[in-house]
Amino acid sequence: MAILIDENTRLLVQGITGREGSFHTGQAIEYGTKVVAGVTPGKGGSVWKGADGNHKVPVLNTVEHAKRETGANVSVVFVPPPFAADAIMEAADAEIPLVIAITEGIPTLDMVRVKQFLAGKRTRLVGPNCPGVISPGKCKVGIMPGQIHKPGRIGLISRSGTLTYEAVGQLTALGIGQSTCVGVGGDPIIGTNFIDVLRLMAADAETEGIVLIGEIGGAAEEEAAAFIAANVKKPVVGFVAGRTAPPGRRMGHAGAIISGGKGTAADKITALEVAGIRVAPSPALIGETMAAALAKRAAR
Amino acid sequence: MKIHEFQAKRILAQHGVAVPRGEVIERLEDARTVAQKLGGTVVVKAQIHAGGRGKGGGVKLARGPEEAVEVAHRMLGMKLVTHQTGPEGRLVRRVLIEEGLDIARELYLGLVVDRATGRPVFMASEEGGVEIEVVAAERPEKILKEFIEPGAGFQPFQSRKLAYGLGLSGAQVGAAVGFFTALYRAFEATDASLAEINPLVVTRQGGLLALDAKMNFDDNALYRHPDILELRDLNEEDPLEVRASEFKLNYIRLDGNVGCMVNGAGLAMSTMDIIQYAGGRPANFLDVGGGANEEQVRHGFEIILSDPNVRAVLINIFGGIMRCDIVASGVVAAAKALGVKAPVVVRLEGTNVELGKKILEESGLNFAVATGMKDAAEKVVRLAANG
Repeated sequence: MAILIDENTRLLVQGITGREGSFHTGQAIEYGTKVVAGVTPGKGGSVWKGADGNHKVPVLNTVEHAKRETGANVSVVFVPPPFAADAIMEAADAEIPLVIAITEGIPTLDMVRVKQFLAGKRTRLVGPNCPGVISPGKCKVGIMPGQIHKPGRIGLISRSGTLTYEAVGQLTALGIGQSTCVGVGGDPIIGTNFIDVLRLMAADAETEGIVLIGEIGGAAEEEAAAFIAANVKKPVVGFVAGRTAPPGRRMGHAGAIISGGKGTAADKITALEVAGIRVAPSPALIGETMAAALAKRAAR
Repeated sequence: MKIHEFQAKRILAQHGVAVPRGEVIERLEDARTVAQKLGGTVVVKAQIHAGGRGKGGGVKLARGPEEAVEVAHRMLGMKLVTHQTGPEGRLVRRVLIEEGLDIARELYLGLVVDRATGRPVFMASEEGGVEIEVVAAERPEKILKEFIEPGAGFQPFQSRKLAYGLGLSGAQVGAAVGFFTALYRAFEATDASLAEINPLVVTRQGGLLALDAKMNFDDNALYRHPDILELRDLNEEDPLEVRASEFKLNYIRLDGNVGCMVNGAGLAMSTMDIIQYAGGRPANFLDVGGGANEEQVRHGFEIILSDPNVRAVLINIFGGIMRCDIVASGVVAAAKALGVKAPVVVRLEGTNVELGKKILEESGLNFAVATGMKDAAEKVVRLAANG
C-alpha cells in the first residue's frame, strides 16, 4: 500500500525549468515516477526534455491548467524561496491533494500565511525544506537518492535530509526494506508533522515498523512520543540529532535551535524512552536498533 | 540575525513604540553633550549582542553629565563579560545614554512565531526585568498569551485582554493598546523572529516605555529587508563564522579539537554527536550543503583549519545522488590546493564508493578512509589525541 505516494501518483513539478527542478525531474522519471506536467509561469506551451532527450514533459503556465490537462494529483515545489509560498498556495487553490515543498529558505511569516491559507482546504502540504517522499519501488518525489532504498515494510519519518539517507542506507544494508520514507522538513513551520505521518503509517497495512528521526528544537518529538504511546502498536525506533549542539545557535536547519532551555536532545530522548520507544544510542546504530526491535517482535 | 538595543529601539520608535529619549555614542567626548541634553539622571548602557549586561557592569546610572562621562569612560573599550559572552567577554564599542525614568512597575512583552500553532504569539507578564525563561519554567501561569490570526492581524481586544491581565487601568490601558499594536506592527513589517521588551516600564507618571528592547530577524527573509541587513555588526560575530557565511557555509565554532565537514545539517549534528560518543570533542558544526562540490569542500577546509585547536578532520559525506568519485576528487584537489597537513579521515557513502576510496588512498595525502560513521569517529578521535 505505502502512504502518500505510489504507482498511481501523477506528478506535477512546479519550477520544472529551474536547475534543481529540471535535474530532479529526470531523476524521478528514471526511478519510475509518472511525471505528467511541469509549471513555470511564462514558459507554458514549451516542452521539458530530459538530459538524454528521451523524456518529455509538457510545461504549462498555471497549476490549475496543468491539473485540468493532465490529471496531476501530486505537486512537488522547487520554486525559489521568494516565490515558493505563492507556488504552494497556487497548488492548494487548484485542489491538488498533496503538495511536497522541497524549497529551503522560505521566510517564516510566509509560511504562517500559507498555513492559514491551507486551513479548511483539502490539500496536504509536506515540507518545506525537506527531501520529499519516496515509496521505494513505486514512486519518488523529491531529492533523495533512489538507489539506496529497498522496497519493504518499514516506514521512516524525519526532519532531516542526508541523515535520513544515512538511516535508509543502514536499513537497506541489513536487508530491511522501506514502505514509505517521509521527510517532514527542517523549518519551524511545516505542513505535515510527525503525528500526521504516524497516523498514516499506523493505519497502513504494509508498514510493520517505524523509524522516527528527530533533532533539537521545538517539541515535535515530545508530541510524537505521546501520540505513539497512546496510538501506535507497531515497533518504533527513534533517534534525535544534536546532543552536542550548543544552546541558542541555529544548527543549519531554521528549526534546529535550543531556545530558552527548551528543545534539547536529552529532553526529547527521555520523552521517547518514557513512551516505550527504542532510541538508537548512536546515529550509526539506527538500522541495528530497528533490526533488534523486529527480531524481538518475531520472537514473541 | 541579531542587532543592538539602540538599533532595535530605533526600529520600534519608527513604528510608534514609545522608547526613552537617548542617543548612542562611540566617542567619549560626546557623552557630556548627550547627558546635558537629556538632563538629570541618565543611564549608560553598553551596546553588545549579549544578555546579562546589567550584572556584568554594562548598565550604570549617572547623576549628571560629569558622572556620565566617567561611566562612559570606564565602559567604552572594556571587555564586558556576561553569562552569554564566554569568559573572553565582548569589546564595548558604543554606549547608549538614555534619560533616567521614575519606575513604578516592570513588565514583560515578547513576540515570537509559535511553532506548534504556526502563528505569531504575543506574550506578556507582570514579572518583567527578570529572565522570562525562569518565569516560564517556574510560574508558567504568570505568562499571558494571545495568538494572532495572520489574516486579521493583532486586534485591539487582544491588547486590552493583555493590558487588564497585567493589572493596568484607566488611561494606561489605552496607552498599552497603542504600544502593543505598534510592537506587533514592527514585528510583522520587519520579518522579526523575536521582538522582546524586557522590561516594559510603567513610570510613576503613568507612562509606558520600552526600557530595554531586543529584536532578532528571520535570516530567510533578509533578502527583502536590505535596510535591516545593513545593521549587521560583524564585530559581534566569530570571525570564522563571518568568513564561512561569505561562502554560504553553515559553520558554528565549538571548543573541541576534531574538525568536521558534513553535507546536510542533520547528519552534521549527528557527526558531532558521534565524535563525542567516541571520546572526542567536535571543534565545529559545518554543513557544506546537501550537494558538497569541490569549491564548497575547499572553503570548508580553509575555515576548519583556520581554527588553531583543530588536530584532525573528519569528512562525512553521504553522496546520495552525487557520485563518490567526484566528491573524492574534490576533496583531494582541495586538500592539495591548501597543503592540508592535519590528518583527515574521510567517510563516503553513495554511488561509486569504491572508486572514491581508491582516489583518496592513492592521492599520497594524509587520508584515512573509514567505513561507516562509527569507524570514522573512532579513527579521527584517535588521530586528534595523537596529534
